[in-house]
Amino acid sequence: MTTDVHRLTVVTEETGFTRFRRRFGSVIAHTLLVIASIIMLYPLLWMLSASFRPTDEIFNSGLWPSEFSLDAYFRGWKGLKVSFGTFFLNSFIISILSIAGNVFACSLAAFAFARLEFKGRKFWFAMMLGTLMLPYQVTLIPQYVLFLNLGWVNSFLPLVVPKFLASDAFFIFLMVQFFRGIPKELDEAAMMDGCSPWRIYWKVMLPLSQPVLATAAIFTFIWTWDDFFGPLIYLNDMRQYTVTLGLRTFVDSTAESDWGGLFAMSVLSLVPVFLFFLFFQRLLIEGIATTGMKR
Amino acid sequence: MTTRSFGETITTAPKERSPARSTWQRLWSANGPGYLFLLPWFIGFFGLTVGPILSSFYLSFTDFNLLNPPKWVGLANYTRIFTADPKFVQSMRVTFFFVVFSVPLKLAFALGVALLLNRGMKGLPLYRAVFYLPSLLGASVAIAVLWRQLFAGDGVVNDFLALFGIQGPSWISNPRFSLWTLIILSIWQFGSPMIIFLAGLRQIPQDMYEAASLDGASKWRQFWKITLPLLTPVVFFNAVIQTIEAFKSFTPAFIISGGTGNPINSTLFYTLYLYQEAFGFFRMGYASALAWILLAIVALFTAFSFLTSKYWVHYDD
Repeated sequence: MTTDVHRLTVVTEETGFTRFRRRFGSVIAHTLLVIASIIMLYPLLWMLSASFRPTDEIFNSGLWPSEFSLDAYFRGWKGLKVSFGTFFLNSFIISILSIAGNVFACSLAAFAFARLEFKGRKFWFAMMLGTLMLPYQVTLIPQYVLFLNLGWVNSFLPLVVPKFLASDAFFIFLMVQFFRGIPKELDEAAMMDGCSPWRIYWKVMLPLSQPVLATAAIFTFIWTWDDFFGPLIYLNDMRQYTVTLGLRTFVDSTAESDWGGLFAMSVLSLVPVFLFFLFFQRLLIEGIATTGMKR
Repeated sequence: MTTRSFGETITTAPKERSPARSTWQRLWSANGPGYLFLLPWFIGFFGLTVGPILSSFYLSFTDFNLLNPPKWVGLANYTRIFTADPKFVQSMRVTFFFVVFSVPLKLAFALGVALLLNRGMKGLPLYRAVFYLPSLLGASVAIAVLWRQLFAGDGVVNDFLALFGIQGPSWISNPRFSLWTLIILSIWQFGSPMIIFLAGLRQIPQDMYEAASLDGASKWRQFWKITLPLLTPVVFFNAVIQTIEAFKSFTPAFIISGGTGNPINSTLFYTLYLYQEAFGFFRMGYASALAWILLAIVALFTAFSFLTSKYWVHYDD
């Protein structure tokens, strides 16, 4: 809208020279952007193409493999002592549980902050925002000791349970912002009709908040899927490894001899995130633009 | 929950006349639901954040290896860190170098591309998607693995340089360049600040530019006098977020150096050093002290940036 208005006024006073300058400028801009796009995408495309090449050709330059081969995928999938299938399954289990935890626990807290009246609300809200800035290293060691004493180390629990305790304050913040945008009349009307807060949360707020819940779910998935530090610390048994740990072990043990398998599994590990990017790009970009997420 | 819970309505509906009961009831109905909804968060907040912060502060004054109970050593950990720990100094140097170069360069790319895209370009959604993709994928181990290959001695980068007859070094294993490969990896992920810049640019009222061009202000002048001042809140926001993220960066350095921070500690990020102390040597007390120093740095940085922001960040009210 606004850009159209802008262009209109420019057109009315445009002389031949300014028109030339504008066209020339836009050609230059497109050229720059296309070059930048190629540079940005080249590493990804290169890895994709390397994963389809026969072993002896992996390091040949050029993007197009002379013949397509899925060998690297089969070799990589067999993985180390444990198949990559197990790693993928583990990553999926942890990610799905994390989504459930984050969406449920964070929306509960966000509903309280956005809609319920209680003493100390502002104080606790400020506390919650304060945890956003906290470097995780500060809580890392006592948390590890705690989970060790609970006997949770070497299980998925330390990675999943915190999510059910709304430990990702970022999503609370995101949801509070969204809930505040929902007209208050809706829940006031429901309150008049004698709805309990729980019913308002469950029957009024959540159904109206699907976009923000979806955004939270998608980002939780991507962050959990990519998480390396948590699994690195808490998972020691290879049968419980996530994809990220599997890749790391692959790098350390066999990389020099089997780059193909490593690249193939790397590509495969990016596929779920890429699919989310493909199908939910608008949600992701809006989520970032409105709240300024870190990535 | 359901409407047929008849008994429930009977038991709660009648008003009790006893004053004590009604005070409690009033307190409960005013505050109860709020605290109940916050219950999971409260458990997490106290159990996983406040408690651990306090206990990590305590641990930083102890010698603790997980096997024996923590032994009080007073300021010994901090004294050693500040006076007799060359690896601490090195990791500080690496981390600050990384922050100082990666953040401004990343933001400059993000702003530059956002400005190009904001000219009402055709194909904006496509370009935006292409530039955003790396920052979505970038934190994964797979990308670090890829980077390790790209900048290896026989990697893609050197293949490209060879086209111009340049024999490139092995960037990853040369201490002069290894940190730069990580900085480039960080810049490559400029997509998300770019999206925030784009959203900020769209907020700037177009009539300001129209008025300025009627007055004969050049595009260059318009950028310095209109775009940049009005964009300072977004610049500020991006700078704070990206700096904190840069301080916390871990995975790429870990993967690319195989967990060592080598060659000769040139990629020994502070987080990596802390990890080695805590989970490599199980010096939990010492690592806690390192964590508190990191917290102090991040807190000082945040306070500093908010205090100085009033001199250069333009908020219109």
